[in-house]
Amino acid sequence: MIKEAMKTVSDLWSLMVGLKVTGRYFLEPQVTVRYPWKAVDNIDTFKGHLELVPSKDPFKPKCISCGMCALACPSNCLTVVKRKPPKPTPEEEKAQAEAKANGEKVKDKTPKDPEKFIYDYTLCSLCGTCMENCPAGALRFSGNVYQAGYSRNDFLFELVAHMQTKADASPKTEFEPPVAETSEA
Amino acid sequence: MTRYIDTEQTAGDFYTHNFAKKAQEGTLILNLGPQHPSTHGVLRVVVEMDGEYVLRAEPILGYLHRMHEKMAEVKTAAQFIPNMGRVDYLHAMAWNWAFVGAVEKIAGIEVPERAEYVRVITCELNRISSHLLWWGAYLLDLGAFTPIMYAFDDREKLLDALQVPTGSRLTYSYFRIGGVAQDLNDDCLGRIRAFIPWLRSRMPMYKDLVTDNIILRKRIEDIGVIEPELCRRYGATGPVARGSGINYDVRRNEPYGIYSKFDFDIPTSELKCARGRYDVRMAEIEQSLRIIEQALEMMPEGDVLVKGAPKPSWKVPAGESYFAVEGARGKIGVYVVSDGGKNLYRTKLRAPGFCNLSLFGEVSRGTILADAVAILGSLDMVIPEIDR
Repeated sequence: MIKEAMKTVSDLWSLMVGLKVTGRYFLEPQVTVRYPWKAVDNIDTFKGHLELVPSKDPFKPKCISCGMCALACPSNCLTVVKRKPPKPTPEEEKAQAEAKANGEKVKDKTPKDPEKFIYDYTLCSLCGTCMENCPAGALRFSGNVYQAGYSRNDFLFELVAHMQTKADASPKTEFEPPVAETSEA
Repeated sequence: MTRYIDTEQTAGDFYTHNFAKKAQEGTLILNLGPQHPSTHGVLRVVVEMDGEYVLRAEPILGYLHRMHEKMAEVKTAAQFIPNMGRVDYLHAMAWNWAFVGAVEKIAGIEVPERAEYVRVITCELNRISSHLLWWGAYLLDLGAFTPIMYAFDDREKLLDALQVPTGSRLTYSYFRIGGVAQDLNDDCLGRIRAFIPWLRSRMPMYKDLVTDNIILRKRIEDIGVIEPELCRRYGATGPVARGSGINYDVRRNEPYGIYSKFDFDIPTSELKCARGRYDVRMAEIEQSLRIIEQALEMMPEGDVLVKGAPKPSWKVPAGESYFAVEGARGKIGVYVVSDGGKNLYRTKLRAPGFCNLSLFGEVSRGTILADAVAILGSLDMVIPEIDR
């Protein structure tokens, strides 16, 4: 009888201990962040969509159009469109024909950077295989966590143009939080 | 949704018709799921009810089947790694490891020592995050809402640390054939070092708040008793088997990587009930912290990817291999066969959740429905892993 009563008391005590924990945390400052009004601090290491790394000229990518990224990609979300060789002037054509006749190697004057670099973000699983296999180190993840769109086409990037618009817009901050930090409720 | 037994009725589908054939007189066939909150995803369980009591139960799978094994046949070995992060989204690192390990075994690739340590650290951190999420979600099933908030507070710190090297928070594809994708930098190591004492300081609070709580104890003690013999018959592994007193852990019994270098215990419980499995998981969190602590101390400098790591056009040498790792839910096994081409000829994924779930039909027999849900939660299922 006494044993049972003691057991009931100890059982009830376990609830009190739990309530004590709840009470303690009730008085502590809150750990959650009111997100849209306040920026969160753990987004700088986030991997966003791919982007091209510019070379010395901020409007020209490092990419050499080799297509290793497209070959390595598990979900076929990359398409690299190479540039066509420039139309040679009559003099150059003549020189090339001569060189060919002499058995010399004709130098390829095609610019190496891609004409277009099409990237379908809807298919991408952000594994990073393309970056690792890139011999020129021309790809990287952007830190864009705010990528959102109304249609599928919003996620179809042309990365060369994307890089150039970004170069145009610099040195402004890369991505702004959706709402400014002013109006905290 | 609910139908009285009538084998000639047209309502219901193949599964319910087949299930209803063996139904007793005057019982009710009930579909639990596929969109039931306690089933964590899209598991469907057909149960035969007599009043509040479950007479029979049958889990029905396949609502989240994504043909991972078929996809392995049409992708190169390296291209398949992102899939492994999506089989079990809660312990993605273990699946990463199992697949990468199997391919390395075929090809005879030696992983640099630092990469082995990085693998252990990330895999154990991921195990803790998986157990914390299970803890919160299980208590949510049982009707306690606040614990998941505490669990997510801790888990958030952990995910922040893992986000530094991996760049993602859930479906990691971090391991590579011959190492890992990126080294752990000082930022990440600092976060992990800060996290260990933090979680240790939180464990007594978890004990006070939940583990000792009389409501939880009355709720999960002595339900879902699984005898060790039954575990063996169904091939159950992980905390489910250890909660029944079977001391089996792949990290100890068939050590892979560098696990034999660490000093850690394999927690088991003789209770055999849902409570036993709960205790094992809570103890495992502490053991994982111990392993991480030792690994951080012993970690050497060096590369994290082997020199001459496979290129996209790499061909897997012909042969076959099996590699098993200990996931948060049990023994994860990957069996690969290669015919010498770029793509693997066959990849078989052994998911522990599948075997653990098949126990449910046996264990839930004769319990009341509310207990059946508590038993289902205590088995810790991740449906994408079961369906694959």
